[in-house]
Amino acid sequence: MNRKTRNLALTGIAIALLAFFIWWAQGNLDGYKIQVTNLVAVNAILALSLNLIYGFTGMFSLGHAGFMALGAYVNALLTLTQDQKTTMWILDPIAWPFSVMHAPFFLSVVCAGLVAAFVALLIAIPVLRLGGDYLGIATLGFAEIIRVVLTNLSSITNGALGIKGIPGHANLWWNYGWFLITLFFMIRLINSNFGSVLKAIRDDEIAAKNMGINTFFYKVVSFTVGAFFAGVGGALMGSLTTTIDPKMFSFALTFNVLMFTVAGGLGSITGSVIGSIVITVLLEWLRIVENPVTIGSFEIPGIPGMRMVLFSLALILIILFRREGIMGMKEITWDGIFDRSKRGGKSE
Amino acid sequence: MFVQHFFNALTLGSLYGLIAIGYTMVYGILRLINFAHGDMFMLGAYFVFFATTLWALPWSLAVVVAIIGTALCGVLVDRMAYRPLRDAPRISALISAIGVSFFIQNLSLVLFTGLPRAVMRPDWLVNVIKFGDIRILPLAIIVPIVTAALVASLLWVIYRTKPGLAMRAISKDIETTRLMGVPVDKVIAMTFAIGSALAAASGIMWALRYPQINPFMGLVPGNKAFIAAVFGGIGSIQGAVVGGMILGFIEIMVVAFFPGLSGYRDAFAFILLIVILLMKPTGLMGEKLEDKI
Repeated sequence: MNRKTRNLALTGIAIALLAFFIWWAQGNLDGYKIQVTNLVAVNAILALSLNLIYGFTGMFSLGHAGFMALGAYVNALLTLTQDQKTTMWILDPIAWPFSVMHAPFFLSVVCAGLVAAFVALLIAIPVLRLGGDYLGIATLGFAEIIRVVLTNLSSITNGALGIKGIPGHANLWWNYGWFLITLFFMIRLINSNFGSVLKAIRDDEIAAKNMGINTFFYKVVSFTVGAFFAGVGGALMGSLTTTIDPKMFSFALTFNVLMFTVAGGLGSITGSVIGSIVITVLLEWLRIVENPVTIGSFEIPGIPGMRMVLFSLALILIILFRREGIMGMKEITWDGIFDRSKRGGKSE
Repeated sequence: MFVQHFFNALTLGSLYGLIAIGYTMVYGILRLINFAHGDMFMLGAYFVFFATTLWALPWSLAVVVAIIGTALCGVLVDRMAYRPLRDAPRISALISAIGVSFFIQNLSLVLFTGLPRAVMRPDWLVNVIKFGDIRILPLAIIVPIVTAALVASLLWVIYRTKPGLAMRAISKDIETTRLMGVPVDKVIAMTFAIGSALAAASGIMWALRYPQINPFMGLVPGNKAFIAAVFGGIGSIQGAVVGGMILGFIEIMVVAFFPGLSGYRDAFAFILLIVILLMKPTGLMGEKLEDKI
């Protein structure tokens, strides 16, 4: 059995195990745990998409919440029925094409991604000429503008009231299905020639330019693809929480996604996945400090809001003491697991 | 009406300008966007609130306490979260800055609660003065004057004193300056102290002008002030003040003359930012930073 078939078989087994886990989880876990498991998948999609933009291409983008907002709103508009929409839009009656459009869930999520990608493309062409911090600030600015526009276009978005009762199609199967699509796409992309170019741009843009690479084109494509998956993640998140409003997509959301990516390791696909799992579970686990804890006869009162204090402290500590995150730039691969003994020898 | 709008815009512009100075100084020296700077603004306001209510200090003393306290917070943030990352990639320090900002906001939320508080305002600051039809708060005149005085003394420090010379040297070339025997870390700490003190001054005046303070009040003014700093040319103190003024005037005047656009008020600053970044990335008065190859 050569390496390729072995890896394929292992991947198949892993997917089968995941499917079995989902099947088991749906029957045996309570609603809260299922929700956390769902969140892990959605967060992993978001972390992967930011990692493509920032970790692999080196573009410091702080606009993720904006793309997620677009995705979530598109999905909400496409999955709600016409009646639901007409009754919910109180501030302004819903405008025509948006009131009647409807799509099945899969198509709706794809559209969510496409709209986010399209807006990203429009933004990318002027903004990606900037580098470093300026790019971060400009993308942050665009995310804020998207949010302000969503708040004010009440005939489409229902304004500050947001949209409630979005059909909760995003169950474990959908979320993990989209997660696998994203993961598969990222692995193929990063290991292709295209991925190598992105890494070259990240490591030294001027050198890449001198090699004759049209760096601008590659950066725009990477940014757009990243935004597509951010839109998908936003759509799934909206469907998962069933309620969205413009306030939800503030800078804090981008910060969370950045946290998954940085904690996992910038420039590592497995890192993003592990980072999302660890941070999502940590964030839920930290809810303990907000509830009263009883030890013996003592009761320690919970402190509301303490969770985010510890969370931001954790981020600072990670940056101070383990800047490269859990995985650094390393990956866990089948070859890496099984061919340890052969390290240093012939690779293929 | 126009005179009233003019003074409102002048006040808002001054407050943005004072915060923007802190951003521009830190960026000029460390090439770091100090995301926690907006929170220094918030801390300044809270220090005054607690000094006047909890410790029952007279108002003038409370202001001094608040400014010194905030300056110390700024130095502490630099010492704990930024100094260990001086040699790290710049993006690490930036992420650390975002972390510190969230940390301060959430800790303040826990300590001070999210309840909006009202800062005590001395009467002589808020008794409306009437000139015929025009009604102006004394504050609207005092804020620009205080700002001008602070900026003038800051410029004197930067261009006429030794520490100021050291700051300018560090912003040109930190390594060489260190080799020349300048205590770089001390000078940087001083920069943070000055920047935070100015942010506190702005926060206090903000709290007097718009007397509701909460732990997240620094977020929006902070972002806008950063935009003002970029607009004026990051690294340039005069630019920061000019940028703040322009931003203040645009916000007040557009809303005054096109009330239909008031919902988009917070977006103006960002639109302005993107326009200036695309037209002239170095800002109005910024020096061109060469990429070293």
